[in-house]
Amino acid sequence: MNWRKKTEELVAREIMRFSTYSLILILVFIIAVIFVKGFRALTPDMVLKTPQGGFYYGGEGGVLNAIVGSIYIACGATLIAIILGIPAALYINVSLTKYKRLKNIIRFFLDALWGIPSIVYGAFGFTLMLLMGMNASLISGIIVVALLITPIVVRTFDEILSTIPRGLHEASLALGSTRTEMAYRVLFKQGFSGFITAVLLAFGRGIGDAASVLFTAGYTDLIPTALDEPAATLPLAIFFQLSSPIPEVRERAFAAAAILTIIILIISLAARFLSARYSKTNLR
Amino acid sequence: MRVGRIITDRASGFWMILSLSLILLMPVIMGTGLFMKSIPIWEQNSPWQLIFGSDWSPTRGNFGFWPFIASSLYVTILSFVLSVPVCFFAALYLTQYASEKLIRLTYPAIDILAGLPSVIYGVWGILVVVPFISKVVAPVFGSNSSGYSILAGGIVLAIMCIPYILNMLIEVFKTVPSGMKEASLALGASYWESVKHVVVRKSFAGIVSAYGLGIAKAFGETIAVMMVVGNRIQVTVNPLEAGYPLPALIANNYGEMLSIPMYDAALMFAALLLLAIILIINLIFRYLIYKTHIE
Repeated sequence: MNWRKKTEELVAREIMRFSTYSLILILVFIIAVIFVKGFRALTPDMVLKTPQGGFYYGGEGGVLNAIVGSIYIACGATLIAIILGIPAALYINVSLTKYKRLKNIIRFFLDALWGIPSIVYGAFGFTLMLLMGMNASLISGIIVVALLITPIVVRTFDEILSTIPRGLHEASLALGSTRTEMAYRVLFKQGFSGFITAVLLAFGRGIGDAASVLFTAGYTDLIPTALDEPAATLPLAIFFQLSSPIPEVRERAFAAAAILTIIILIISLAARFLSARYSKTNLR
Repeated sequence: MRVGRIITDRASGFWMILSLSLILLMPVIMGTGLFMKSIPIWEQNSPWQLIFGSDWSPTRGNFGFWPFIASSLYVTILSFVLSVPVCFFAALYLTQYASEKLIRLTYPAIDILAGLPSVIYGVWGILVVVPFISKVVAPVFGSNSSGYSILAGGIVLAIMCIPYILNMLIEVFKTVPSGMKEASLALGASYWESVKHVVVRKSFAGIVSAYGLGIAKAFGETIAVMMVVGNRIQVTVNPLEAGYPLPALIANNYGEMLSIPMYDAALMFAALLLLAIILIINLIFRYLIYKTHIE
């Protein structure tokens, strides 16, 4: 009996250890494959030039159009998400503190909203565009991606705000501040690490999402100069160019994949570093 | 000065309420928009016919979604089966056994895996999983496969869903009070027995919810699956054959949907179907989590 117990303990522990280490292995494997393929294709031209000689036929040039387009869309969308999402998260923690039930219901719906797949946002954005008579453009891409990432901003920021003790609210109100002043001067500062995490998380999601911009932002070899022009994005540059029969064009896809992965890694590291840095100091 | 402060307060309070209600109304607005757009197809076909009909020929006006729904279900179930054990054991190990050092190494890895865009998983799938299936798996079973198959979709999807499910499972296992485990240990149970009978049993509802939400995420995943699944319209039980999941249908055909009558309505119906299924699964399992948190 005792022997059986010990073997079971041992076997279970080994299975668990194996599962855990396999996660790290998978991550290393994926990133290694992307980097090995990508770095071979990654030349200065790749980053500094737009594709030359047509969409499917030319081998020259790089993916600058997609890099710029992606950054435009992700920055624009993150800006809108901040303008919409931060006040919403503050409202939950400033004005609804008394209504516990309502607060929980709102959080419950926000979580459910987070689960809606991006292709549905894309399809919805497309119907919206048709309704308003717009074409695939930078601005429609920005709006749809903003809709996609706003729940992420709200929920992530809210998560940190909800840990701030009630006493701080009361102290601030007792000193005569209005609710708005309390929200932006006390809670916002106190939850600044949450703000950084929320923004970076949303930015990362926005820059990497393909299904939502597929319908709405279009694709072009040029760098957009106005909001109503179509814009290329890195995920779509990878997706389209990978299916090309020409090896040089496929190389562009691999280079774009490496660039996108680097961006995501930087964001992830920055989120860790910055949130650790700002959560140490309280009011500054 | 005082008036100015009050005005700012009012204005900002108004903006706060407005933005929050706008965000909360999003699913309703989206659902209505997609519903309005798909009305033409509701008028001509019964929902039963749309969902379970398997004749897909848009040019002749026949829209049967069954091949796509079946593919979606197949890929989702396959990915679910592949990811369940890994998530379960890894989450238990990380919350109950792992050293501080391993945790500091693993959590960033999970975060990065969760943050990688789905296109990257798709590229990896094309470079690794697809050749693996066509050169290794298919010959073992004595069949021919290009590698672009339901199995490839399932594997890529499983890896994409692991960090998502794992994060939720870790949260769930963390909420089990350690006093309960200690009580079991004090009664003479071994550590694994305590974990198995106390931690796992106590968090059963949470485990079910985490997996449920994982299924919902897998069901709606688009680009990564679409890149490796082959995109051929057929109903098959062989995982080495190509499939054509519902999200891939929408993503692949938006370009030509305006040129064929009723096609846009059909695709919007597909999007509505996805939204409805995923929202319902999400609401059910989030509710389960919410309930267990309250207790």
